[in-house]
Amino acid sequence: MAEKPPYYLPEGLPAPKPQQDGMDTGFWEAARRHQLVVQRCARCATFQFGPEWICHNCRGGDLKWHRVSGRGRLYTWVRSWNPVHPALKDAGPYIIAVVELPDAGGVRMVGNLLGDPMQDAPMDAEVEAVFEDHPDATLVQ
Amino acid sequence: MGEYGIKDKVAIVGIGETTYYKRGQAPVSEFQLACEAILRAVADAGIEVSELDGFASYSNDRNDAARLATALGVPHYAWASMVWGGGGGGGSGAVAQAAAAVAAGYARYVVVFRALAQGQFGRFGQAAPLQTISGPNAYTWPYGLFVPAQWVALRVRRFMHEHRMTQDALAAVVLADYHHAQRNPRAVMYGRPLTREQYDRSRWIVEPFHLYDCCMENDGAAALILTSAERARDTRAKPVYVMAAAQGAPYRAAATAENSPDYASSHFKTLAPRLYEMAGIGPKDVDVVQMYEHFSGAVPISLVEHGFCEPDGVMELCTLENLTAPNGKLPLHTSGGNMAECYMHGLELINEAVRQCRGESAAQVPEAKIALVASGPMVSPASDLIVHR
Repeated sequence: MAEKPPYYLPEGLPAPKPQQDGMDTGFWEAARRHQLVVQRCARCATFQFGPEWICHNCRGGDLKWHRVSGRGRLYTWVRSWNPVHPALKDAGPYIIAVVELPDAGGVRMVGNLLGDPMQDAPMDAEVEAVFEDHPDATLVQ
Repeated sequence: MGEYGIKDKVAIVGIGETTYYKRGQAPVSEFQLACEAILRAVADAGIEVSELDGFASYSNDRNDAARLATALGVPHYAWASMVWGGGGGGGSGAVAQAAAAVAAGYARYVVVFRALAQGQFGRFGQAAPLQTISGPNAYTWPYGLFVPAQWVALRVRRFMHEHRMTQDALAAVVLADYHHAQRNPRAVMYGRPLTREQYDRSRWIVEPFHLYDCCMENDGAAALILTSAERARDTRAKPVYVMAAAQGAPYRAAATAENSPDYASSHFKTLAPRLYEMAGIGPKDVDVVQMYEHFSGAVPISLVEHGFCEPDGVMELCTLENLTAPNGKLPLHTSGGNMAECYMHGLELINEAVRQCRGESAAQVPEAKIALVASGPMVSPASDLIVHR
């Protein structure tokens, strides 16, 4: 029996599931393999996130999943206290981070800043994606 | 006025609201609240209910035009419109749609309304307990990012970092709301003043927002009636004219997973210049301001984007002294607004702008002629309104 994996947030929050139309299946499958991918237009090479069926720059429809390093810049973060979901009721504060990815055209992703929830991280600090495996999905932290 | 054709063609001739309640305390249904607010606005306008022929609302209001027209016995309704999007972003936009309908002759008396009973339906600040999530929310919910307080806080924090805005600016907005509410018997927080010490001691919701930095949760309804400037001459109330009304949002403002390119923005940068051009005035001409405040920290950013100060000037402008009537440099939320009058998704802010122009506000700005309303910062679309007497 494997030891219970340590998650940043309590269990019981909604788990991500690919959209029924298949638009973002590639993202969640890559996360399962511990790879970070971002949509990129095959025609004009523009990065795009969140995913969409059409490129916002050239309106082309051939969007590929492009692997990126997972290194980014801490664009903004907040310490959240109010239990806005039943699973967070006794959890205490946690940090929500928005990270900008320079090697993906500056797109941003949301995650948690792992470690002490009372830390005061400097804005624009360098951060790196960590993959958190749950039974049904992998979160990019 | 360039290509715009709305200025002074339409007037607000009636306003009304129900008693404003704390969440869950309305003694009647949300639909009854909607009817009551509309009837009060009709009475204020001095028209017959049978003259109403248009309905405009926003934020997915549950009380649809068909049911209202039927319940109110309206002989024929010629206009019904909703502004897309949730939150308060559509408040001024609904006025814009109503004004456009009147100006184009589709309808003669259009009511703009919003009814909200958070006690009878869901709360905005709580997430539904789902097992899985797909689509845009899959990139935020698993990380505990669920509600507007959190994504507004993320933007405000970035603005604070870039422009050295501190908690003092947020506190000034909140204290101005509570200050004005003490003069306004309609206000839910009437008789409940707030001190800076109470503000500082209140619990964090999400930093930098204390409990008092967040709008209230309320039950109630509000409504206003628009007609042509020509017909407005014969109505009972002093007409207040629509100088400009518009909705809009900048480039990719609704990009998901926190990807709006201009992130630490209230989404008025492209809208406000059009508004002023439409009205033929500038920010210096505005006497009193109502800037939708779901969360305090968005307000200074909205003020910047409407030209009331530079981004690095918010700390100078946003003081309690500057933001309060009658003598402040830029009186703000003179009814108590979303934080201390009632969270009616900002429609109470529009009624207050009308009261200021009529000279009937409980916290009247002396000689106020021109009032500006900004609806729903940081959503898409946001909307804006300028009225004058």
